[in-house]
Amino acid sequence: MTNKPLVEIQSLSKSYGDVVALDDVSLSINENEFFALLGPSGCGKTTLLRVIAGFEEPDSGAVLLSGSNLLSLPPHKRPINLMFQSYALFPHLSVERNIAYGLQREKLPKEEIRARVDEVLGTVGLRDKAKSRPAQLSGGQRQRVALARAIVKRPRLLLLDEPLSALDRKVRAEMQLELKRLQHEVGITFVVVTHDQEEAMSMADRIAVMSLGQVLQIDTPIGMYQRPSSVFVADFIGTSNMFAGVAAIGGVDVPNIGLLPGKEAVPAVSGAAYLMVRPEDIQIVEGAGLLTGTVLETQFFGGASTIAVLVPGHEVPVVLTCQGSASVSRGAIAHLAWPAEKAVVLNR
Amino acid sequence: MASTVTQGRGAIRRRALGARAAFLGPGLLYVTAFMTIPLLLVLSYAFLTRGRFGGVELPVTLENFARALDPIYLRVLWNSILISSITTLLALLIGYPTAYAITRLPARWRTVALVLVVLPFWTNFLIRTYAWIVLLNSEGPVNKTLVNLGLIDSPLELLYTRGAVIVGLLYAYLPLMILPIYASVERLDRSLLEAATNLGASKFRAFFDVTLPLTLPGTMIGAIFVFVPSLGNFIVPELLGGGKTVMIGNLIRDQFLKARDWPFGAVLALIMVLFLAGLFAAQAAVARRINGRSARA
Repeated sequence: MTNKPLVEIQSLSKSYGDVVALDDVSLSINENEFFALLGPSGCGKTTLLRVIAGFEEPDSGAVLLSGSNLLSLPPHKRPINLMFQSYALFPHLSVERNIAYGLQREKLPKEEIRARVDEVLGTVGLRDKAKSRPAQLSGGQRQRVALARAIVKRPRLLLLDEPLSALDRKVRAEMQLELKRLQHEVGITFVVVTHDQEEAMSMADRIAVMSLGQVLQIDTPIGMYQRPSSVFVADFIGTSNMFAGVAAIGGVDVPNIGLLPGKEAVPAVSGAAYLMVRPEDIQIVEGAGLLTGTVLETQFFGGASTIAVLVPGHEVPVVLTCQGSASVSRGAIAHLAWPAEKAVVLNR
Repeated sequence: MASTVTQGRGAIRRRALGARAAFLGPGLLYVTAFMTIPLLLVLSYAFLTRGRFGGVELPVTLENFARALDPIYLRVLWNSILISSITTLLALLIGYPTAYAITRLPARWRTVALVLVVLPFWTNFLIRTYAWIVLLNSEGPVNKTLVNLGLIDSPLELLYTRGAVIVGLLYAYLPLMILPIYASVERLDRSLLEAATNLGASKFRAFFDVTLPLTLPGTMIGAIFVFVPSLGNFIVPELLGGGKTVMIGNLIRDQFLKARDWPFGAVLALIMVLFLAGLFAAQAAVARRINGRSARA
């Protein structure tokens, strides 16, 4: 993976009447990167995708592709392909004619079209369905056709709009791996739009979290998880325990509980703050811990367990996870602790 | 135990059947009483002998069918098909762009446009057809305007021509072309057009590759809606054709009401029914082909 930017988005804004879909969005996507735009519905991620594809015109801002202005190109001349959320397969054409459609528009020789369609059908494992109509395929197969139709054009950039949302859970997990494998295989830059944080975390090299038309944070999945820059990101990505209080030296001073340790507190953050700790960073300790509470509930998930502990002075139960089965049972008194560098102090 | 389960299932099935009968019943009864039975009567009349004062008598004969092959009647049939086809073609050429344009209007104006399309139906069909006599006669506003503009020296023979019949039919049935086309263009998934664009098709190309084939079934419905009543129409050819242009509808009406030859009228009516059934079968086949396995209109 090189760090040369392929797409540069500069101060892009777009409103529909009073609704702001994109609010001064700037980001750059590198060559051969698997980039995810993550956010709840209505956060502007789909609008951003549609601006790049050319279906929407921004009110202001610029989009550069390899340094040249992309917005001046009409949508059908952009070296960018989009895999639609609904797949948008042509119902009146067979699978192979769906895939060949984009190549025919490039006026390629028939032989080359046939060879490339056959090759991509092999890549997505649908050679035996070449003559079928989309209506005769399962959801997973349709998704593969949509993907094949997009990558057969060998675009500079492949946009995927909620590529897995129409599939059931098991097929989705399979396709996540397959998309990742394909991206390495074909060497195309992927930008995937999703509202599913697990999907973004498991596939993307980098993630941009969006909310209300703004980009809140751009980071690698691990960086985003360990160092969220805002409460929204911390809450949206993974599970977290939040303690509200006032930033103090070495942590956050939580009313009724006292000082809880965390890194980058005062002077980086001051005033009202949250202390955020991930469930897997909290341990049950012998003797005095940072918090003491009663075990409310334990849940066993095979490889790991979740334990909910009710701490006096804190409204919601503190959630922690541990490997294997829980070492404590319901009703037991538990002392909780975490290393200070694992807890993040965030502005409230 | 097992038998109770089976009985239970039987009861459920009987109840489902009952519910289905309750919903389908009225419509089914209506179709049987006013479509199937009359059609069977017409079918049986076609094989009987003409009664002296109308009606039908024995013996059974095939003579009525032989008569229908007389060149005089074949020419009327051909003439009717020709007039209806031209009407349908013109309705298609005017109706498709109109319907397409309406789908591109803002939502509020779409409703207004659709109301305007069906507005003529609020006036009686006969009155609307009479209005064309006023418009097209030699003293009418069309001729007067043309003369006053100096485009022609003397009034044109507009009324009582085949052209007048076509204009009358076109005017009467154009909305029936526009509405089904509008529905199918409206229902077309816009993301399919975006997909075509994204794959490198210009707007023009995407229209011919996606919009046109996918709206073909609806367009064929519109064409049938115009062609069928045009073919059977006898009011427009009589009023605007002045009796010079005879269509099969006139012929059938005359056989039943004037010539009192019910068996022959029945044969002509059957020919029309068979012809139209063939058209519907063709439409269904095309719709199935275009939509893959899931057929729809």
